[in-house]
Amino acid sequence: MTFRKYLVLAGVAFFAATGDGFIARGMKQVGNVSLHDLSGIFLVVLNPVIALGVLFLLVFFACYMTALSWADLTYVLPATSVSYVVLTLIAKFILHENVSLTRWLGILLISAGVGFVTQGPALTPPPPAESDELVGASLSARIEP
Amino acid sequence: MKSLYTWGAIAVIVLTSTAGDVLLSRGMKQVGDVGALRRRIGLWAVLARVLKNPNFLIGVLCMATAFYSLLFGLSWGDLSLVVPASTSLTFITNAVAARIFLHERVDQRRWVAALLVAGGVVLLAV
Repeated sequence: MTFRKYLVLAGVAFFAATGDGFIARGMKQVGNVSLHDLSGIFLVVLNPVIALGVLFLLVFFACYMTALSWADLTYVLPATSVSYVVLTLIAKFILHENVSLTRWLGILLISAGVGFVTQGPALTPPPPAESDELVGASLSARIEP
Repeated sequence: MKSLYTWGAIAVIVLTSTAGDVLLSRGMKQVGDVGALRRRIGLWAVLARVLKNPNFLIGVLCMATAFYSLLFGLSWGDLSLVVPASTSLTFITNAVAARIFLHERVDQRRWVAALLVAGGVVLLAV
């Protein structure tokens, strides 16, 4: 794992948390969207805060796809769950929301999970070429009369 | 009846987002290391390669289905049930699916991490 790759993982966590945050704030400005009139769901993107949220979520998706191109899914998902921690810290220190003891415990569990997974390898090594050849040989032996 | 609908929606969210994650991961592994590819063939060629990958496209479709199922789930059930239940269950189903379909080495460390994060997500929503 290089510094650049850790930066991509941080990008996944940061843009997911801030994108969700912008969309949540924008939806509060827009108000309820009726399920009976679905045109409203498309018009919400005209709200600048929601548009910014969508832009951030697009960057999140690009970072997520980049991470999945060189790391296992079972590494990327727990490693980037640090976004929940970021979101709670934003809620506490920027939005001055009340964060309960249970939520701090939740943050502790997530942080422990992130710590656990990032200590291990990011990618499952591919099976050795020899075994592929052996499988190929045994297959051809079965197919050929 | 309403709780049956809610848990039905949660089941659909978990299944489609797990399928989406697995397909996206498989598609991106087929494309290859995006950073190295971009230096070799350029950004637009990488983008074209990603957008032409069938696993990627079906994965995006699954993710869109998961998103709309979430909207329906939220209209039937409470936010404090639907979001933490579907998110934490998805962490666990992803670990199982990645082991079966992607042949990832999900060792004890990764299991513990998935369970800790799933538990943490539930506590955040309490």
